Amino acid sequence: MINRSLLLFVAGAAVMLLAGWVAFPRALYRQVAQPLDFDHKAHTVTAEMECLSCHEYRYDGTFAGIPKIDNCALCHSEPLGETENERKLVDEYITPGKEIPWLVYSRQPINTRFSHSVHTERAKVECERCHGDHGKSETLRPYEYNLVSGYSRDIWGPSISRLRRQPHQGMKMDDCMGCHQERGAVAGCLGCHR
Amino acid sequence: MMANTPNTATAAPVQENRKIRRFGMVINLDNCTGCGSCMMTCAVENNCAPAKEKITDRTGITLMRVFPVNDRQPMPVRQAGFVPMPCMQCEDPPCELVCPQQAVELDPLSGIVDQMPQRCFGCRYCMAACPYHARYFNWYDPEWPKGMEQTLNPAVAPRMRGVVEKCDFCHGRLHLAEDQAAIDGNDDYTYTPACVEACPTQAIVFGDLNDEDSEVSQLAKDPNSFRFLAKLGTEPKVYYYSEHEWRRNLAERDMNGNASRNEGKEA
Repeated sequence: MINRSLLLFVAGAAVMLLAGWVAFPRALYRQVAQPLDFDHKAHTVTAEMECLSCHEYRYDGTFAGIPKIDNCALCHSEPLGETENERKLVDEYITPGKEIPWLVYSRQPINTRFSHSVHTERAKVECERCHGDHGKSETLRPYEYNLVSGYSRDIWGPSISRLRRQPHQGMKMDDCMGCHQERGAVAGCLGCHR
Repeated sequence: MMANTPNTATAAPVQENRKIRRFGMVINLDNCTGCGSCMMTCAVENNCAPAKEKITDRTGITLMRVFPVNDRQPMPVRQAGFVPMPCMQCEDPPCELVCPQQAVELDPLSGIVDQMPQRCFGCRYCMAACPYHARYFNWYDPEWPKGMEQTLNPAVAPRMRGVVEKCDFCHGRLHLAEDQAAIDGNDDYTYTPACVEACPTQAIVFGDLNDEDSEVSQLAKDPNSFRFLAKLGTEPKVYYYSEHEWRRNLAERDMNGNASRNEGKEA
């Protein structure tokens, strides 16, 4: 009888653990495809462009984020290559002058104030420290958002357990504060919140 | 996963290479006409939702508030005035001391008393502790008439129902000034809060009290400058200025309007 109880207990625990660590994280996030498959590598490696060529600062030091369609049109007013994605870019967005509705992987909640210029210009943090090798990727992975909070999956990071987390994975407040404490860079709450 | 999580509530020492500022204000009561421009601009700048119907002085949100005052003389000789009151940004803030959530802290770099709405759980202990009634509670969900969300200031996050908020010297503007300084490669910046910019009589002077040469620190040392309830020892960084003795005496007047012991002594 004891063996049977034990078996039931282990089986029950296994089911619950699977539900908690496998099924729930899968159910928690929903995937959405990006409107266009952007090839970062073609721009940064083949065309040898810098991150800042497109993701630029405005004159007042605020970060422009994802470039507007006018920025793309500077080079791609006519297709430069043969790819289907570029044809789509020119036909569907550049020619009608329509913005591409990109889904931003690293968008923070509205109460977060993140200044790119303070990090990259003053503290000389590399883009790769937080964005990993995104600038060398060939395709855009699907955007995943949390069904409860609506936040991008990149905020928590790809692994729910956060074990074996790479430095660029995860953009939670703890991840920010970990780096801030290592560097001795401390601001008050409203240094990074608004 | 929590093992290497730093305790974010503990204030760590400030980086050595950062300039330490103490932002403060001097409000010239003789120039204030009570027009209310500062209150209006403040609400717009800081995304305060329009007041609901039947809202009162106690339930509304006025991070900057103009109080009418007078010298309590009989009518023909009575003198009146106005006192604009933002958060006094005390150097030793009682609200920080009492907050059970550590949602309030004195910013080590700017000297501004920070209020974190996301951490606040709405006990309103800080409102009881604040001697200046400078804190306001969100009794209702913030709601804007349709289309008016488009006018919200992107540099300031709206607060939710159930939390306390207060003036933070237009922190969104401070952030923008920091961005500009970072791109210019210096740490030498100042900024102008919305109320200072809006005041038609330029009654409010804002700046760094640590900077000996700034207009604000010169004015703060003027014999005609005073602080409200300075006797409490909270070291507020909002100073007032008046050349009229009765206005300076308002500073120590008690809740019933009785003159304090020091009243009548000319400085």
